[in-house]
Amino acid sequence: MMKKNPLSFQLNPDDFLPATEEERKSLVQLRPSVSFWKDAMRRLRKNKIAMVSLCVILVVMIFAFVIPSFYPYKYEQQIKGAVYLSPMTFSADEQARIAAGEKLFPHILGTDNLGRDYAIRVMMGSRISLLVGLIASAIILLIGSVYGSVAGYFGGVTDLIMMRIVDIIYTVPDILLIVLLSFSLKKPMAALALKPGFQWIQTVGVNLISIFIVFALLYWVGMARIVRSQILTLKQSEYVTAARALGAGSGRIIRKHLLTNCIGTLIVTTTLQIPSSIFTESFLSFLGLGVAIPMPSLGSLASDGLNGLNSYPYLLLAPALLISLIILSFNLFGDGLRDAFDPKMKS
Amino acid sequence: MAKYIIKRVILAVLTIFLVATITFFLMHNVPGGPFVAEKSISAQAQAALNEKFGMDKPLGIQYKNYMNGILHGDFSLSLKQRGWNVSDIIKSRFPVSARIGGLAVLLALAVGIPLGSVAALNRGKWADNLIIVLATCGIAFPSFVICTVGMYLFGVHLGWLPTFGLTSPAHYVLPVFALSFYPMAYITRLMRSSMLDVIGQDYMRTARAKGLSPAKCLFKHALRNAILPVVTYVGPMLAYTITGSFIVEKIFVIPGLGGQFVSSITNRDYTVIMGTTIFLASLIIVMNVLVDIVYKIIDPRIQLK
Repeated sequence: MMKKNPLSFQLNPDDFLPATEEERKSLVQLRPSVSFWKDAMRRLRKNKIAMVSLCVILVVMIFAFVIPSFYPYKYEQQIKGAVYLSPMTFSADEQARIAAGEKLFPHILGTDNLGRDYAIRVMMGSRISLLVGLIASAIILLIGSVYGSVAGYFGGVTDLIMMRIVDIIYTVPDILLIVLLSFSLKKPMAALALKPGFQWIQTVGVNLISIFIVFALLYWVGMARIVRSQILTLKQSEYVTAARALGAGSGRIIRKHLLTNCIGTLIVTTTLQIPSSIFTESFLSFLGLGVAIPMPSLGSLASDGLNGLNSYPYLLLAPALLISLIILSFNLFGDGLRDAFDPKMKS
Repeated sequence: MAKYIIKRVILAVLTIFLVATITFFLMHNVPGGPFVAEKSISAQAQAALNEKFGMDKPLGIQYKNYMNGILHGDFSLSLKQRGWNVSDIIKSRFPVSARIGGLAVLLALAVGIPLGSVAALNRGKWADNLIIVLATCGIAFPSFVICTVGMYLFGVHLGWLPTFGLTSPAHYVLPVFALSFYPMAYITRLMRSSMLDVIGQDYMRTARAKGLSPAKCLFKHALRNAILPVVTYVGPMLAYTITGSFIVEKIFVIPGLGGQFVSSITNRDYTVIMGTTIFLASLIIVMNVLVDIVYKIIDPRIQLK
């Protein structure tokens, strides 16, 4: 070993000797590569609020989709002499049957003005609300991302015209469009439902389908704006230039490169769209423009409950609180997703 | 500035024209009409009504006549409310909605801005968490839930407040509160995130370093910069709120413009629909221009193009 002059800048050559086998081994860290999804999922799982919201959403889904199929009462079934029962009570007729040794399931939330079990109606109502939220958001995702990416990618005059259309749809009061569209859709939909191959419309309900269409026609504009702004920045990336140089067509670039790269934003925006669709549906049902009687939705249940507010507050409170809970958990879950998928967007 | 405003006004007129045109044709192509629902009406009477309001002519001519009327400031008569001019209906209904809506927006700003700032300044502490939870609830609860629960709690159960009408100041409490709930929560969230952004900036550190008191830093530097996103949101929101919420007006039985608008749509009162839509669209556009000008005042660095 060389003697080192403490004042010189001379380097210690020993530091530059080749590493021994053990040293090499200790330096190599074998860590599995973390993909985009795994990374996001790990961050999501750490977020307690988001996980609790997810559990709440799952529980509500079980209540809405699974339990009604083996619940002892049906949502449109009217029980004789059981009008406006308080929660956990029975009608005189049912009490007689219980006295005779029969076992009856209690009316957990009582019954409504037509003697229908309220708990099952609330469950069916949340089924409709969830369906509207999920399906409408899926349609909005589809239209909005296609429209926004085309406008953003092609730019120029195309972008200008497409975005002016979006501005105009934004300016027309949405309640006007909703009412007019749902009125004008009713007849053609009913006619279509009678044709062979379209019978499924009848089973789903003409009203419900027209709500989907109305939402799809109206609310994609927000999604389109967000996607467009993402595409505007993404299309400047080198990989897009490279793809174009390699001869990829516009359709392929949008599908394979641009949309896949804003998948995080798409997921987050869609998740946050679900509660706002549920919100709007409940508002429409509250106005009496939602799903058809006797099918309940949480909004129409709350609207009906308003009439008996003085004597039967639980008829209003049950659906009102449930809908708030659903919207709240979707919002919190969406916030968690945003933090997980796109930490930069965090507000 | 003047050039900018002129450009915006021309664009605004164009947008309003397009909105009016779309509404006109959409409305007339929807099945049903203003006089269809009246049961006891004979074919002759219906024809006479159609003739009186010019609805027997082809749609193109009707459109031309209507647009011509608007250019001369004539919004024509209501089809359903006999003898009422559409502009008179708006004039009598709008102040009611505007009073409630204006109060609600003021309340939302007065509560939302301080709450959001407090949350940002106490980031991560219990005050912040509490405010976030409240604000998220405010966004999640639909207005009819707030209205009805508030009505049940304070009107029916406790009996402190009247539940319908608008005759005394106490009548305003519930509707104003219900209307302001969502914007309040939204402003709180916006204010919190923009405040967090601002207090991390270099100029805030400089301001503190040169010896400015924390209060002065907050009011002179932070607040002014952090409030911009709130201004953007409040403009259009104010337009929507002062034109009335149908839900709130229906639940509290308030004779406002929002309720009038929805009932005119279900009744196919074409002229009222058109008048209100044009009124609402113009308000929104005016608010957006105002927002841009207020922007310029708050932040002189911004260039209006």
